[in-house]
Amino acid sequence: MIISVASGKGGTGKTLVATSLALSLKDSEKVQLLDCDVEEPDAHIFLKPVINCREPVFIPVPEVNEQKCTYCGKCAEVCAYHAIAVLKGHVLVFSQLCHGCGACSHLCPEKAICETKREMGIIESGRADGVDFVQGKLTIGEAMPTPVIRKVKEKARRDSVVIIDVSPGTSCPVVESIKDSDFCLLVTEPTPFGLNDLVLAVETARKLDIPCGVVINRAGVGDTRVEKYCIEERIPIMLTIPMNSGIARLYSKGITLAEGLPNWKKDFVRLFEHIGEVVHEGTCSFKR
Amino acid sequence: MKELVVLSGKGGTGKTSIVASFAALAQKKVLADCDVDAADLHLVLKPEIRQDNEFWSGQVAVIDEEKCTECGLCQELCRFQAIADFRVNPISCEGCAFCSRICPVEAIKMEERLSGHWFISDTKYGPLVHARLGIAEDNSGKLVATVRQQARAIAKKQNRDYIIIDGPPGIGCPVISSLSGVSLALVVTEPTLSGIHDLDRVVAVCRHFNVPVRVCINKYDINEDNVRHIESYCQKQGLEITAKIPFDNAVTEAMVLGIPVVEYRASAVSWQTELLWQDVLKFMKKEGRNASI
Repeated sequence: MIISVASGKGGTGKTLVATSLALSLKDSEKVQLLDCDVEEPDAHIFLKPVINCREPVFIPVPEVNEQKCTYCGKCAEVCAYHAIAVLKGHVLVFSQLCHGCGACSHLCPEKAICETKREMGIIESGRADGVDFVQGKLTIGEAMPTPVIRKVKEKARRDSVVIIDVSPGTSCPVVESIKDSDFCLLVTEPTPFGLNDLVLAVETARKLDIPCGVVINRAGVGDTRVEKYCIEERIPIMLTIPMNSGIARLYSKGITLAEGLPNWKKDFVRLFEHIGEVVHEGTCSFKR
Repeated sequence: MKELVVLSGKGGTGKTSIVASFAALAQKKVLADCDVDAADLHLVLKPEIRQDNEFWSGQVAVIDEEKCTECGLCQELCRFQAIADFRVNPISCEGCAFCSRICPVEAIKMEERLSGHWFISDTKYGPLVHARLGIAEDNSGKLVATVRQQARAIAKKQNRDYIIIDGPPGIGCPVISSLSGVSLALVVTEPTLSGIHDLDRVVAVCRHFNVPVRVCINKYDINEDNVRHIESYCQKQGLEITAKIPFDNAVTEAMVLGIPVVEYRASAVSWQTELLWQDVLKFMKKEGRNASI
């Protein structure tokens, strides 16, 4: 089962929920945590894994053999990302713009383009206190997180409960992270910003046909509009974490609820059971 | 004309609340919300939309079932796994058009993609340019660039001195697009280990693109040990900490009411935010380069 933890708004407690869930389940399940927030991966701060494998992430980018090149301009014409410019007697490749689609090398009439690799990030895997851990890190200055996210997700183990920590927002990195999940847990806070971005996150999950549920963090801080929205939209509120300076302090030190306040473990186990029921029901109704 | 972008790396450190207060404090400015996939600034500034523009960006492949012979070449060559069972999944399609060029029976055509909307609005604090990326759409960097272009055009036309940009979290394409060529990046962090980790990465991105940085610590009283970590980090990096803003529920209360915290009740937060704006203003007047295009 793959559970992604997303939110729309940043700083609502995704990583706290994802890591606390992982540590609460590790005694009863095989658990793997994938940190797909490759721009700002923070789950390692909470899980403190021992990293035993590092692999660079490459995308294929074109390299032009100017001996074979006739400067016909076909490559520049077919590149949708303006990553190749052909001048008189010279070809310029802007590899930062390249998405690695392979059109230029395939369509070059002279077969003058081969592909070389450009590094854009790194995948680190290891183990943290009984949890399998994988994270991706986008290299500073790189614009495209999706190839790194794809590589992290290739590490997902079918025999485990896979928990994915997702970046904030609703655009391409979020979609890449949550697609193929069995369930999407949306962490929000009861404020106007939290609600606005929750609505967007719910729309994203629905567009991808992924069932979702809500965790309200910092309950008591703002107003009741998030709860009203969830009731109206029939989205289950699966866990409520109160606004509490003790929890905020634990968070600031990179300590999960499962470790810092072990009473919370049973709440996360119950949360997982609830997710299991929703996913199971969905599969049954789908089959019917 | 000077441009200020407010960034953080980590989400939820208080970027938008600070920008909303700057909106109330600054004179002769244009506001730009560049967090285009989860925009929140409008919830406080309550814009009256004057112009609603479609944002067409990129393309998506569409297979004509009548013409398709199910040869499978497109599926084999697509690097984004966007084609399965002779259908294109528009969410995975990156619009490269490779498939449409290699289809032996020309059954695939490329269609333009409506990726979102951008708006020019009036607020009681001045003009606001903002946007809404379509759900699960791509190309947020280009939409950010459009928002910034429009903000600059308004600033030029109306002779306004400042553009204040609410930036997105992270360090990827929309962030890079929000910070290129600005006069100053104000990075808002919080004294949590995640906040510190993300501060380091976003500062590195600013440096990579040669943008001057000043740092503000929000909710500083959550963990004063971590504040000392941030201070020593900033010292090592040669970064100035411009303000320390305490945690106060007044921030959320103001947000619920939909007003900038500096216009809510008198609090240490509003006082510190005013000092922060004075400092940022002083820096931009004295050292900040003009916005470069």
